Amino acid sequence: MTRLAVPKTYKLYLGGKFPRSESGRVYEIRSHDGDFLANAAKASRKDARDAVVAARSALGGWAGATAYNRGQVLYRIAELLEGRRAQFVAEIVQSEGVSAAAASAQVDEAIDRWVWYAGWADKYLQVAGNANPVSGPYFNLSVPEPTGVVAIIAPQTGGSLLGLVSAVAPALVSGNTVVVVANETMPLSAISLGEVLATSDVPAGVVNILTGSPAEMAPWLASHADVNALDLVGAGDLDWIHLEIDAAETLTRVLQPENGPDAASPSLSRILAFTETKTIWHTKGLI
Amino acid sequence: MSFLDYAPAPESQAVLNLRSDYGLFIDGEFVAGRGEPFQSINPATEKQIAMIAHADAADVDAAVAAARRAYDRTWSKLSGSDRGKYLFRIARLVQERARELAVAETLDNGKPIKESRDVDVPLVAAWFFYYAGWADKLDHAGVGPTPSARGVAAQVIPWNFPLLMLAWKIAPALAAGNTVVLKPAETTSLTALLFAEILQQADLPAGVVNIVTGGRDTGRALVGHPGVNLVAFTGSTGAGRAIARSVAGTDKKVILELGGKAANIVFDDAPIDQAIEGIVNGIFFNQGHVCCAGSRLLVQESIHDDVIDRLKERLSTLRLGDPMDKNTDIGAINSAEQLARIREITDIGEQEGAERWSPDCVLPETGFWFKPTIFTNVSSSHRIARDEVFGPVLSVLTFRTPAEAIAKANNTPYGLSAGIWTEKGSRMLAVADKLRAGVIWANTFNRFDPASPFGGYKESGYGREGGRHGLAAYLKPAAGRAAARTVTAAPAASVAPAASGTASPASAEKTPVSRKKAAK
Repeated sequence: MTRLAVPKTYKLYLGGKFPRSESGRVYEIRSHDGDFLANAAKASRKDARDAVVAARSALGGWAGATAYNRGQVLYRIAELLEGRRAQFVAEIVQSEGVSAAAASAQVDEAIDRWVWYAGWADKYLQVAGNANPVSGPYFNLSVPEPTGVVAIIAPQTGGSLLGLVSAVAPALVSGNTVVVVANETMPLSAISLGEVLATSDVPAGVVNILTGSPAEMAPWLASHADVNALDLVGAGDLDWIHLEIDAAETLTRVLQPENGPDAASPSLSRILAFTETKTIWHTKGLI
Repeated sequence: MSFLDYAPAPESQAVLNLRSDYGLFIDGEFVAGRGEPFQSINPATEKQIAMIAHADAADVDAAVAAARRAYDRTWSKLSGSDRGKYLFRIARLVQERARELAVAETLDNGKPIKESRDVDVPLVAAWFFYYAGWADKLDHAGVGPTPSARGVAAQVIPWNFPLLMLAWKIAPALAAGNTVVLKPAETTSLTALLFAEILQQADLPAGVVNIVTGGRDTGRALVGHPGVNLVAFTGSTGAGRAIARSVAGTDKKVILELGGKAANIVFDDAPIDQAIEGIVNGIFFNQGHVCCAGSRLLVQESIHDDVIDRLKERLSTLRLGDPMDKNTDIGAINSAEQLARIREITDIGEQEGAERWSPDCVLPETGFWFKPTIFTNVSSSHRIARDEVFGPVLSVLTFRTPAEAIAKANNTPYGLSAGIWTEKGSRMLAVADKLRAGVIWANTFNRFDPASPFGGYKESGYGREGGRHGLAAYLKPAAGRAAARTVTAAPAASVAPAASGTASPASAEKTPVSRKKAAK
C-alpha cells in the first residue's frame, strides 16, 4: 500500500514570512508533462510594494553587517541548499522536464555560485576601491558601497533555480536587499529557495521573492521611487524599454536584459553594478 | 577708509586676442553654423564678448560623422602611448596659455579671476596630465584586460566651470581611445573655442574632438544622435532624467553628473575657524554655482549662535564686484535667467518663514549680481532646504545628535556630496559611512583632483569622473570575456564555456558600472 503524499502550499517569501498574495490570487503551475503541480501565489502590485518596504527596512542591517558576516551568511545558503539538494532536483525534474542528471548539475551549479559569491563579500571592496594620490595634504579613499534596494526580474528561461540564484546572489554580496520576481512558469524552486534563505541566517526582508506575472509587477517596481536599481536580466520578453523609461524618473540604475544560457553569468562586474563609489577626503594636519 | 577698501587691482585683458565671432569646430576646422548665431556676454557688464555659431541638427550630424571618421581611420589605430602624448601636449599647452584661459573664463562666466586662475585652469591642465598617463595603461583600469574604446562620445557640459568640465569630459574620453563631440553651455562657449585652438596647436588629428556650440536644441540633437556610443552629461537633474529616458532601450553608455543639495555638518567639537572658512568656501565658491555646493549647513544646536555670528562676520569681509579684480571673492551670477531663479527661490524662502540675512554690500549697477545670503530658522520642508538653488544662498538647519544629523543630511533625493566638521576621527568615519553621497569632505570642502573620483548617489546621477573610476564608462571590456570564473563540470545547458566564441559581444560585456548592453 502506497502512502498518500503531503503536497506543499507554495506562497510568497516576503519580509522573512511566507504569506499568500494579499490579492488572494493563485495560478496553476503544471509540470513539463502538463500535470498539475501546485497553485502558486499570483503576487499583486501591493505585494510588490510591500516587498520593497520589507527590503528597505532590512537594508540598514544587511548593508551594515561586516563583510565577513555577509560572506558567512551567503556561504550558509550553499550549505543548506546542499542539504536539500534532493528536493530541488525533484522539483526541477518535474517542472523543467529535464533528466535527473541535468537537474542535479543545475543544483550543483547553483550551490557553487553561492560559494563563489560568498567569497567575494570581503574582497570586492579591495579590488574595486583604492586610495587616490591627490595633490594636497589629504587622505583620500574611494570605496564601493551597496546601491540600496535592487528589484530583479529573474531569468525566465534556462534553469529556474540557477537563473534566480545567478541574479540574486551578486546583488547581496555588497549589502543590497532584493525584491525578485521569479520565473513565471517555473516558480516552485524559487519558493523552496525562500525556505532555504529563511533558515540560513539571512535576515528577514533581505531577499523577497514574488511569484506571478513579471509583466504585471515590473512597471510598479521600475517606477517605485524607493527602488535604487533595476535588474532587467529576465525582462527580455517584456516591454523593457518602457521599464527603463519608468526607471529614469528617479535615476534608478538599470541593467538591461540578457538572454541565452550565460545570462547573469558570475562576474565581479555583476557585484559592482549594484554599488556606488564613495570618495572620502580628510585633511592631514601639518606637523 | 576702512581696511577693506582696497584699490582696484584688475587683471589685464591684454593677454586676450579674441575674435568677434566664432564658428563651430568640426573636423579640425572652424566652420560656420547653420543656425542663427547668438551673442556671448560678460555677465558682469552685460556687454557682448563675441558672436557664437549655433549648431543645428545638420551641424551635429556633420560633427558626429567627423568624430566617427576620426575614430575609424585615425584615433582607434593609434597606440595608447601616442594618444597619451597628445594629451600631455594638450596639458602643457593649457599651462602655457593658462593666464589667457583664466581671463577668458572670468570674462565669459563672471567667476572671480582668482578662482579661474588658481582653481579652474590649473585643474584643467592637471586633468589632461593625469589621464595622459592612463592612455597606455588601460589594462589596469579595472575593466579587465585589453579593453577597447566605445567609439564616439557625446558630451554636454554646464556653464559653472566651462573649461574644467570640458577637461573632465574630454581627457578620459581621449585617453580611453574615444573620439568626442562636445557641446558647451550656451552662455559659456568661449574657452571651449580657445581650447579648440589649443587642439590645433597640439596637431591633434582632425575630428578627434569636435565642438558644437548652440542651445538646448543642439544638446538634444547630439544626445539623441544614433551615431554616438556614449553620452556624458553634467547639468540639472531634470535634464539628466530626460537624457536617461531618451537613451532607454539603446546600448548608449551614460554618465550623469546632476544636481545636489549637500549637507555640511558641523559638530560642536569642530575646528571652528577652519569650519567657518569651509562653510564659506562650500557655498560661496563660484557664487554657489556648484552642483556639490554645501548649501545646507547642519550645525549642532549648542554652537549654532556662535557659528552664525562668526559666519556673518566673515561674510561681511567678502568682496563682491568686478570678477576681473584680483581681490574679488564673489563675482557675477552667470546669466539673467539664473539670477531670476535665485531671486524666486529666495523670495519663497522668506515667504515660508525663514530668516534672511545678507551683508551690507553695494552691487554694481550693470551685470547680474546677488548678495551672499544666509537663511536661518530653516526647516527641512522649506524649499530652500530641498531645491537646488545654484547660487550664493546658504540654508542653516540644526541638529542635536549625530543620528539626527545623518537623517537630515540624507533627507534629500540628491546624493552628490557632503561635509563633516569634527576633530574626532572615529565620529567622522562613522558619519561618513552613513551618508548617502558620492563625495565626502571631512574638515575640508569643495576639493577636486584628477586622481579623485567624483559623482553621485541617487538622483545626483551615476558614473564617476576622475581617477581610475573615471575611465570605466569610456571603456568597453574585451569582447568574448565571458564568465569571470572558470566553470568546472558545469552542465552544458547552464553555462556557456568562456572561450566558446558563441557568446555575442553584447552578452559578454561585463561593465563595472550600472548599465549593460542588451543581448537581444
